[in-house]
Amino acid sequence: MAIAIVDYGMGNLHSVGKAVERLGYEPFVTGDADAMLAADGIILPGVGAFGDAMEQLHESGLDGVMKEAAARHRPLLGICLGMQLLFSHSEEHGRHEGLNILPGSVIRFAGGDYKVPHMGWNRLKFSKPEHPLFAGLEEGHVYFVHSYHVLPEKESHLLAVTDYGQPVTAIVGHGSVYGMQFHPEKSGELGMRLLHNFLALTDS
Amino acid sequence: MLAKRIIPCLDVKDGRVVKGVNFVNLRDAGDPVELASLYDREGADELVFLDISASVEGRATMEEVVRRTAGAIAIPFTVGGGISSVDDMKRILRAGADKIGMNTAAVRQPELISAGARRFGSQCIVVAVDAKYNEMWGDWEVYTHGGRTPSGIKVLEWVKQVESLGAGEILLTSMDADGTKDGFDLALTAAVSDAVGIPVIASGGAGTEDHFYDVFTAGKADAGLAATIFHYKEVAIPALKQHLRQKGVSIR
Repeated sequence: MAIAIVDYGMGNLHSVGKAVERLGYEPFVTGDADAMLAADGIILPGVGAFGDAMEQLHESGLDGVMKEAAARHRPLLGICLGMQLLFSHSEEHGRHEGLNILPGSVIRFAGGDYKVPHMGWNRLKFSKPEHPLFAGLEEGHVYFVHSYHVLPEKESHLLAVTDYGQPVTAIVGHGSVYGMQFHPEKSGELGMRLLHNFLALTDS
Repeated sequence: MLAKRIIPCLDVKDGRVVKGVNFVNLRDAGDPVELASLYDREGADELVFLDISASVEGRATMEEVVRRTAGAIAIPFTVGGGISSVDDMKRILRAGADKIGMNTAAVRQPELISAGARRFGSQCIVVAVDAKYNEMWGDWEVYTHGGRTPSGIKVLEWVKQVESLGAGEILLTSMDADGTKDGFDLALTAAVSDAVGIPVIASGGAGTEDHFYDVFTAGKADAGLAATIFHYKEVAIPALKQHLRQKGVSIR
C-alpha cells in the first residue's frame, strides 16, 4: 500500500517515512497533488508555526488537495502541527485560518504551573476505547512536543486525551480523517501500533 | 502529568560506540544503531549520542549514524559533540535527530542558543552543562572542553541565562559525582531545577536503581541519564522502570 507523505517544506519527513516503511507499507514523500490523491493513504506531518505552514500549503495548492482527499474519504492522518492544520483556525502568532476539514480551534497552553511546551511522555486516555484505531491496544504513554492545543467543536471527534493540568486533545478522528497531536513515530511501541492501526485502514 | 525519563548515553567515536559495551545479544556491540535499537526495545525513553570524534571524517560518519538511527528507532534522540554553528545544527537535525546538544560552543557563543531556538524551536536545543563545585566560591562552576577547562561562570547564573536565550532543556552533569556510582549530585540538581523552568536531565554518579528514585524526588530532575551502568547491565532498564513505578514515580 502506497502512503503519501505530504512535503510542503515543513518538518522532518524522514522519521515518519521510515516508521511507515518498518510497518510494511510503501511511503513516498511528495508535493504532487495527483500522486497524493492516487495514494492509498496520506500523512500530513508538520513541525513549525501554523501560519507559515498554511501559507506553504496554500502556495502549493495543497490545501485544496487535502480537502479533496477528505471529501473522497481517503485515509488522512495529520501529525502534530499536521493535526492542528485540519481544524478551522489557530491563534498562534495572530489568527490564521486552517484547512477547516474538522471544526474547532487551536489555542495556546495557559502555562502557569505547567511548563510550555508540553514536551515529553504523557499518558493517553482513550475517549472511545471501542474505536478501530485502538484495536488490540491498551492506554499508555506517547511523546508530545507542542505549545498549542486543539479544542474540537464536536466532542464526537475526540478519540483520546491526555492530562496536562487540563484535558488535552491527543487523537481526533472523523470518517477517514485522523489527527495525532503527539509523534507516533517517536512514541515507542504504542506509537508504532497506533500508526499501524491507521495504516490498516488504508488496506480496505 | 509527564513521565520521568530514563536516558542511556552513547559515546560515539568515528561511528563506533566507545566505553566498553558488553551486550551478549548484539551481533555488533560497537554499532551505535544496533545498541540504540536495543535500548528502544528495552524501554529507554530517549537517547543521547555524544560524538567524540576529533576528525572531519569522524563527524561525517556521525551524520550517517544519525540517519540510520532515525530510521531504526521510535523514540526521540539528541546528538551532541562538535556542534558549533547553526549549519552544524541543521545538518544533524536534517539527518533525523530530534534535538542537538551544545556545551563549549554555547559558553563561547551564547547567541548560538538563541539562533538555534529561533530557527528550529526551543524544543530542539539542549544545553549541556558540566558542573564542578568550586570550594573557594562555595558554589558550582561551569567547565568546558569535556571538563578540562574552568570557565569562571557560576552554574546557577549560566542555566538562567541559557533558559532566557531559548534553550529547551538542560543536560546537567556533575563532574564531582561522575564515575563514582555513589549517586547523582542531588544538591546541584535540585538547585538547577529550582533555578529554571525548563526540564533538567541529571547526569553523573548513577550506580543503583534508587539513585534514579532520589534524583527524581529530592533532586527534582525530569530525566536521569547514565552510560556505563546501562551498557554493562549493572542496572537494567526494564527492572529500573518497574522499581520506580512501584515507588510511585510516574514512568512510561
